[in-house]
Amino acid sequence: MIEINNIVKAFNGKEVLKGITANFQKGETNLIIGGSGTGKSVLLKCMIGLVKPDQGSVLYNGRDFYNCDKDMKQSIRREMGVLFQGGALFDSKTVEENVRFPLDMLTEQSAEEKRERVAFCLQRVGLEAAAKRMPSEISGGMKKRVGIARAIVMNPMYLFCDEPNSGLDPLTSVKIDELIKEITEEYQITTIIITHDMNSVMEIGENIMFLYQGSKLWEGINSEITKTDVPELKEFLFSNKLLREMQP
Amino acid sequence: MSVIGKYFIFLGTLFGKGEKLSVYWRRLMEECVGIGVSSIFIVAIVSTFIGAVSCIQTAYNLVSPIIPISTVALIVRDMEILELAPTITCIVLAGKVGSNIASELGTMRITEQIDALEVMGINSSSYLVLPKVIAAMITFPMLVIFSAFLGILGGYMAGTLTGVITERDYLYGIRDSFVPYNIFFMCVKPFVFGFLIASISSFKGFFTEGGALEVGKSSTDAVTNSCISILIADYLLAQLLL
Repeated sequence: MIEINNIVKAFNGKEVLKGITANFQKGETNLIIGGSGTGKSVLLKCMIGLVKPDQGSVLYNGRDFYNCDKDMKQSIRREMGVLFQGGALFDSKTVEENVRFPLDMLTEQSAEEKRERVAFCLQRVGLEAAAKRMPSEISGGMKKRVGIARAIVMNPMYLFCDEPNSGLDPLTSVKIDELIKEITEEYQITTIIITHDMNSVMEIGENIMFLYQGSKLWEGINSEITKTDVPELKEFLFSNKLLREMQP
Repeated sequence: MSVIGKYFIFLGTLFGKGEKLSVYWRRLMEECVGIGVSSIFIVAIVSTFIGAVSCIQTAYNLVSPIIPISTVALIVRDMEILELAPTITCIVLAGKVGSNIASELGTMRITEQIDALEVMGINSSSYLVLPKVIAAMITFPMLVIFSAFLGILGGYMAGTLTGVITERDYLYGIRDSFVPYNIFFMCVKPFVFGFLIASISSFKGFFTEGGALEVGKSSTDAVTNSCISILIADYLLAQLLL
């Protein structure tokens, strides 16, 4: 479980996160939604340690990420898998090398063990045939899947996904969502997804948090979200004309 | 001043907790090829022509019955060893290697590849930058020795082919009044310049923020700052070591 308590972050005096508190449960796909510039990505970066919050704490199964020694922080980091918005694949390495990279760097496994683990992860995301290709030779959807394979290769306890559907067609988006949900349930991972894709919200959002101008305005499950009374959330959900007409 | 402070803090992070030695060894070999081996061609072209031009221009300015013609070769040798091979070669390398390092790291930064390393708990500056700095400090002196040899050879070819100087006079001139210490001085310079070029360019690339435009700016800044630092270091080394 991940707990975030009263996270505050400002850049150049402008408060981007205004005291966010939330719990994210194991084995669930937790979605953080909101419009552009509402602080979703900053919140994610605060959670994974890329941006230090000005105030507040982030607890991983009770371990305070920002108030622990280096070794503890390192071990928490090694329990994380992160899928970045653009995949963040290393350009100079093949798909297979990208997925194997955390094993090479962080483990003492034998070459055979690494090869088996990489093959398993690539097969899990359906990319065993693309193992020898370079990131520049594969599509955006494939890059995301390689990113997922790299994120899960170390058997993470926490999976973070920053806009996994951005730049993808609706069909590929659904496949990526399904893959993340399957992996979350199969390995009982605590998954946190940053998105503004409404399909994801309705398909895989077990616990949803809505951010608006740096504050948490709503939290709940996907079956409740359309019944919300929060005007900002209603505006966000029904921004599309077709959806507005279908509004309950 | 804050930028200089940030640069020194950045240098400190290179020697922070690193990864396995085998990882660094592999990275170092990759960088030696990327920085050193891939620069051989440009160094060879530049050095040969600079040596050739030095010989012809020196001969043009030394038309005097009281100065032996072998002095042309002596001047070409000393110019190559003391200044042209180490400094001009490193300025050329600042353009080639410096811009390459800054744009590579800048692109890695804006495409979140460096973030990915940091999230994995890898010391990203040490993993990415330290092998580049060490590779530059190893390969630059080698390239400069190669450059000095080709510069003197270029002078020989230009001098003898155009009839400015005979083969005998040239070979006599390059051995005349030779000071072996100058070779040591020639090797110290690229060692220092390699460190400056690789670390300054890495610093510029590593802290790139924004998009493609900023990567280009980082690359330009890397070359400009590297060249300025080479010239300052060149003066200081000459004062200290000669």
